Order: sequence, then structure tokens, then C-alpha cells
Amino acid sequence: MTNLLSDLLSKRDWLVADGATGTNLFAMGLEAGEAPELWNVDQPDKIRALYNGFIEAGSDLILTNSFGGTRARLKLHNAQDRASELNRIAAELARECVDKAGRSVIVAGSMGPTGELLEPVGPLTHDAAVEMFQEQAEGLIAGGTDVLWAETISSEEEMRAASEAAANIGAPFCGTMSFDTAGRTMMGVTSRGYAGITGTLPASPIAFGANCGTGAPDLMRTVLGLSEAAPDAALIAKANAGIPKYVDGIIEYDGTPELMGDYAVLARDAGARIIGGCCGSKPEHIRAIRNALETTPPGGRPSLNLIREKLGEFTSADDGASGLEAPKRERRRRRG
Amino acid sequence: MSDEEEDIILSELSDDELVLQMHDDLYDGLKDEITEGVNILLGRGWMPYDVLTKALVEGMRIVGIDFRDGILFVPEVLLAANAMKAGMSILKPLLAETGAPRLGKMVIGTVKGDIHDIGKNLVGMMMEGAGFEVVDLGINNAVESYIEALEKEDATILGMSALLTTTMPYMKVVIDTLVEKGMRDDYIVLVGGAPLNEEFGKAIGADAYCRDAAVAVETAKEWSARKHNQTA
Repeated sequence: MTNLLSDLLSKRDWLVADGATGTNLFAMGLEAGEAPELWNVDQPDKIRALYNGFIEAGSDLILTNSFGGTRARLKLHNAQDRASELNRIAAELARECVDKAGRSVIVAGSMGPTGELLEPVGPLTHDAAVEMFQEQAEGLIAGGTDVLWAETISSEEEMRAASEAAANIGAPFCGTMSFDTAGRTMMGVTSRGYAGITGTLPASPIAFGANCGTGAPDLMRTVLGLSEAAPDAALIAKANAGIPKYVDGIIEYDGTPELMGDYAVLARDAGARIIGGCCGSKPEHIRAIRNALETTPPGGRPSLNLIREKLGEFTSADDGASGLEAPKRERRRRRG
Repeated sequence: MSDEEEDIILSELSDDELVLQMHDDLYDGLKDEITEGVNILLGRGWMPYDVLTKALVEGMRIVGIDFRDGILFVPEVLLAANAMKAGMSILKPLLAETGAPRLGKMVIGTVKGDIHDIGKNLVGMMMEGAGFEVVDLGINNAVESYIEALEKEDATILGMSALLTTTMPYMKVVIDTLVEKGMRDDYIVLVGGAPLNEEFGKAIGADAYCRDAAVAVETAKEWSARKHNQTA
């Protein structure tokens, strides 16, 4: 399949993705509780400003403002019947901005979690999840999306459903998970575990990796795990700009642009090909990422010590994958 | 099939064996087996409160430890909580009839502007599993709904959850309102959610930040005991 992302990846060593969508929209006046996706229609100039901010800062790939664009999420704002429209317009606005960029910038269609638990642990069936993602994906593709981009996913089942939706409509696919629980996703998936299943997804991802989570050090450790398990894969790293701090009544992420520049170099040296930010990352962080990648020569694979030295402490002792051989709690007889 | 793998007949086990088996079955999230175990113990004349504490709560305590220590994850805990719920649905009416002692009552909800509920639901389930009563207000709660529920339910604990950095500050609005109304000291206030941390909990005046559902249960027990000792 030829597409812009594969094409750029074959020509370039690394690509710069974008930064945060949500936290930047809140800075532009989005109220807590408001659905960001409604702004695609109600405040299109602000969405254009968000996209253009990243394009001007040097992003080679921007995500559409459609993270909560599945029917399940929109339902909480009573906008479930606008899923198709809101996703299409999210992509159309992005398309409009990148077409004026004067260079190749990829429109990646963001698909976030449904917010519901999938079978077997929750009530949402696989088929219903695929249907929701497909409705979103069709809207995104109709609006001019180059590649579908599932992000912040925590369960294998949900990643599989998003991927199946992409496969059903023959669209290119990428997927990142959020490893926020002592190195694993909330549902217990390790970096190696995720790398292991990517080959079995209905739409094989062009690139895959990690986003969000708990700050740059932990995300870097995840990237090391992914690249160890899948040395030839095109990996994605999108770290939060530090961790949120409460200062004078508002929440601020404490990661500086310099720190994000250091993180980007480490991510590249660890094997990531698409590097950007997540929550708290502003255009200035993306500019620092681009600048650091352009001016710092490639180094060797970073050690955990180097990551700690440059980016700060990890939030947990290990990445959750090392203890897999440890014996489970001693049990009584298994029941047939 | 070797002897070891033969099916276990729950009704043939001694009380002690059955209780241990129920801990294992909770760990494995076996709903039907838990229902059966609860009925067998009741049939043998056990007090509902003993079934709750010795079989279910103790079993969920083990699940909680392994969740806290990163051995079990959300999917396993949800299955265990569902099994526990099946047992609780039998015990609940009986507990009310027999006037069993109460640990405490928690009002829990996601704060205004925030529509996430998986973590909050997990805390609610684990709290029930530990023997607390739980009143779940759902998502997107304004300060008025928390206060109304705390008063109406005669609760002892307030639990607030937020998954967005933009909604976290609302927790302070709720706590400040409790202070204004002179109600703050009547409740144990626990906060949690992915972007929170201990520093934030302290800054807004909560009693504790709870990293996960297992820690929430431990903290609630600890603070409830402390509070009880103060007032007793």
C-alpha cells in the first residue's frame, strides 16, 4: 500500500509529530467538560490555529481533533449522531492547513478509546467497538486523513477493534498505547506484549508505539522495551511534557522545551522514528524537539541511567516486563 | 486425569477448606462458584456477616494486594469484583436484617467536567469488596451533588476522581465548599485519578491521594479506624 507516511518514512530517518491537543485547546478557552470535537464546527479558527501552531513549529505529522470522536464518547455530550460529521470536519480542517504548509505534512486521524470496557471484562462487544471505530474512521478518511491513528489505548481488545475498523475500509493504520501503570497499560499490557501482538492485528500498523503515560522517563523505558522486541519496526514516541503540577489554582506541566529536546534525541537513539509530545506539549516544545533532532548527531542506544540523568526519575522500579517469570501466588488445586 | 486435577466438590469441603477455596475462586473471578460457596456457608448456619468478612472480604483483600503489587491488573480485578458482587447480592438483604456492623459509607463520583469512570468504578467495587457501603454518583458531579449526597446518605468518606488535568482543580472547589460550610472535618476526603499525585492531594486539602483502588481501600480503612478512635 502506498501512502504518504510510508513514503516519508522511507526517505527520512525521523519524523516530528505534534504535541497536545486537549491541553492546548483548554489554553484557548475550551471549558472543562466541553467536547473538543464540537469546536471543529463551532470554533474552526481555533482548531486551525492549533494545527498551524504545530505545522509552523516543524511537525511532519499532525493529529486531527477527533480523539473523543467515537459515538460512545460523543454520547456523553449528546452528540452521538454527529460522529461522522465531526470526524470529517476535524480532518478537513487539518487537510486545509497542511495543504498550505509548503512541505509534506501528514494528516493522522486520531482515534482515542471508547471509554468503555470491552468483552470479556466489560459490556462492550467486539463487533460494537469495531462499528464505532469504523464510523469514526470513515468520517476521518472522507475529510482527507492520510493515516488512521489509534492512541492512548490500554487494552489489546480495543486496539484490535480499531485496527479491524481500519482494515475494513482499507485505510493505513498506526496505533499507540498508554503505558501508565508501573510500565504497563492500565489493562496490564507490557511494551514487549504490545510489540508481540502488532503482527497479528487485522490492519498491520505502519508504525506503532507509546503515547501519554506518566512523563518522558517512563515513556523512554517503554520505547526501549518496544525496540528490543521489534528492532525493525517504525516506532512512535509521544511523551507528555513532564507531569502536571498544581500552581496557583491551575495545572501546569513541568516539562521544559529543553527537556523535550533531550527526550526526543534519546527517543531517536532508542529506535523511535516518529517523535512528538502528548499532554502539556505546546508548539514551543515541538520546535525544541525538531531543533534537537536536527542539531544533535545520533548516539548509541541510551541506558536507563542516561535516561534518568537527562530526564529525571522513573515512577516505578521497573517496566513491568521483567517480573513475568516470577511465580504467581501459590494456589490451591486448580478447578476443572 | 490425575487426582489433583479432579473437580472439587464445594459442598464436600470442610468450612476452612471451603473458605480457602473461595479465596482462590474470587482470585480467578469464578462467579458461579462464589454464589455456590456463599449459599453452602449460609446453609451450614454461618452468619451473613462472617461469610462476608471471612470469605469475600478476605479474598478481595488478597486480590487487592496483588493488584497493588502489579501482579494482577484491571481485567482480573474486574472479574474478581464481579464474582464478589454475585456473592454480595445474596448477602446484602441478609446483612440488613441481621444488623451487621458497618465499616463506613463512601460517596464517590467523578468531578464536574470529567466524564471518565473506569478508575472510579474500580475503586467503588474494591471498597464494596472490603465491606464498605458505596454510593456512586457517576460522572460530571457539581459540588452541590456531592454535598447533597454526603448529607442524605450520612456518609463517612468522600471519594473524588478526575482523569483530566483540567478537571483536577475542581476537587479543590468541592473541598473549599466543605470547609466554608463547616463540614470538612465530618468526612474523610480521598482523591484519585491518573494525572494526580500526592503533592496535589496535599495542596488542595484532601486527606489522602490514592494511587490505585487497592491503596484507596487501605487508606479508607486506616482513616476510618483513626476517626473511629477519635470519636469513640
